[in-house]
Amino acid sequence: MRGFFTLFRKEMLRFWKVSFQTLLAPLVSTLLYLLVFAQVMSGRSEIYPGISYREFLVPGLAMMAMLQNAFSNTSSSMVQSKITGNIVFVLLTPLRPIEMFGAYVMAAMVRGMAVGTCVWLVSLLFFPRLPAHPLELLAFALLGNLLAAVLGLIAGIWAEKFDQMAAFQNFLIVPLTFLAGVFYSIHGLPPFWRDVSRFNPFLYMIDGFRHGFFGVSDVAPLDSLLIVGLSAFALSWLTLVLISRGWRLRH
Amino acid sequence: MLDRPLAGIPADPSPARVAAIRIEGAQKSFGSFQALRGVDLEVQQGEFFALLGPNGAGKTTLINLLAGLTRPDAGTLAILGHDVRADYRAARRAVGIVPQELVFDPFFTVRETLRLQCGYFGIRPDAAWIDELLENLQLQDKANANMRALSGGMKRRVLVAQALVHRPAVLVLDEPTAGVDVELRQTLWKFIRRLNAEGQTILLTTHYLEEAQSLCERVAMMKAGRIVALDHTSKLLTDHSHPSVTLRLQAAQVLPGPLAARAVPLADGRLRIAIDSYAEVEQVLAACRESGLTIADLEVGQPDLEDVFVAIMRGEVA
Ligand SMILES: Nc1ncnc2c1ncn2[C@@H]1O[C@H](COP(=O)(O)OP(=O)(O)OP(=O)(O)O)[C@@H](O)[C@H]1O
Ligand SMILES: [Mg+2]
Repeated sequence: MRGFFTLFRKEMLRFWKVSFQTLLAPLVSTLLYLLVFAQVMSGRSEIYPGISYREFLVPGLAMMAMLQNAFSNTSSSMVQSKITGNIVFVLLTPLRPIEMFGAYVMAAMVRGMAVGTCVWLVSLLFFPRLPAHPLELLAFALLGNLLAAVLGLIAGIWAEKFDQMAAFQNFLIVPLTFLAGVFYSIHGLPPFWRDVSRFNPFLYMIDGFRHGFFGVSDVAPLDSLLIVGLSAFALSWLTLVLISRGWRLRH
Repeated sequence: MLDRPLAGIPADPSPARVAAIRIEGAQKSFGSFQALRGVDLEVQQGEFFALLGPNGAGKTTLINLLAGLTRPDAGTLAILGHDVRADYRAARRAVGIVPQELVFDPFFTVRETLRLQCGYFGIRPDAAWIDELLENLQLQDKANANMRALSGGMKRRVLVAQALVHRPAVLVLDEPTAGVDVELRQTLWKFIRRLNAEGQTILLTTHYLEEAQSLCERVAMMKAGRIVALDHTSKLLTDHSHPSVTLRLQAAQVLPGPLAARAVPLADGRLRIAIDSYAEVEQVLAACRESGLTIADLEVGQPDLEDVFVAIMRGEVA
């Protein structure tokens, strides 16, 4: 266990030592989104009765910030260690695959949750409302962070260069989050795109998370929870198998 | 070497008889390129062993297989009887590896780096041992400096400390003295010698053959993925290298016939004569005196691992 805790602590220190970039910057950019969209879209009709469009944005933006930060923590840590070569310090040790996996993923989840919590706390200044279902909110936040952290770990292990990493982020993660209903409800989409969106696991994270906030959603929250939970579990298992086999780590 | 434990039988209960490193039939290809073509090697506990060979011979590849950083295509490798794949946790606890590449984590200081490395091995960082390592590697002034702020030679010394921080029984050093200045090279070897005297097994690669000659009891030489020579250093020296007499005669003088045939002219005008034993020095001098020659300059050369290396790499010996 000490091995796991040491690696976890190291991963925490890694982002904590540059918290200006890893915690403050995402908070500021999320609040900018909120201010700009709230201003531009202020005349838009309510998506759910009793919830202004501006307020509708809060959970989506918070989830988006969490996903992107959890993803970038594992992915950048792994790809940097591989490129600089200091990943050998971890690979030379008796750490088990599950300890490596757990340490990278949990540190990324802490960062995601920290960013999400800050976004939420600041949003309380504008929209003082307590979550409708706090436990549900927490469950979706944790699962969303887990899924993003695991995806980041896979991306970091797969990528051999920074541009491959950027491609993964720009062509997969960003579209999936933007097309997951952060800025709209899928009921407002044309039928074809609504059907396409149903294959996006990020949609269920955001929708379920929003249900935790407001008590209303497009998809039944239990269905969302199941889909997100199963995706997170399947990807975690896949990643563990990849690490155990030394895929792209031990040649 | 002959009393290796049989497969399937648990490791010898008297730990002194388990080989520190045992490699059998190790093969590794990168694409169609065969980096290791079947390597067998056994290093006993407490040995100070050198693995030599030209660039690209496969030394680092072999070390990476031992470290578990690379997976063999065929063959088995064990450290103190622990298979590096099946029993990787015990194998990795037993070995400390100093990698050839200068790697470091720019997020941390020297002391943080060592404490973290200790923790990865599941060990509570031992401040006294870390201080001792820092002191012996002359890093105490840099303990709280960021890794980025160290010179290349200092970074390499941190790599040595990192490999030792979990007190492994076997230490593998892949060119530890590349880029380290003379004084530190000496203190480093003094320290490693002390560890060896206390029972630690040392496997070393280096291109400074005089280091290997003065430190190591046994030497393996690799070439193109194979071990081409493996013996006690003293045996290799007597088999493949000779003492020699190198002399300069006064201008226009020539050696008498029998000696002239044996002498190899050097670029600086001196003549080198290989001899079988130091007693022959007297015979060479006597021959010169009898021919009325005047010796302007004389040097008696020791057998030299570099000669052995060159001879073996040229393929002059099997
Ligand atoms: N990851 C890799 N991919 C392709 N080829 C490799 C790889 N690693 C090593 N090689 C090749 O395997 C051969 C052996 O390399 P290795 O690093 O083991 O040599 P070495 O004996 O350590 O040499 P040096 O003295 O230069 O360190 C070289 O020809 C090298 O190009
Ligand atoms: Mg090498």
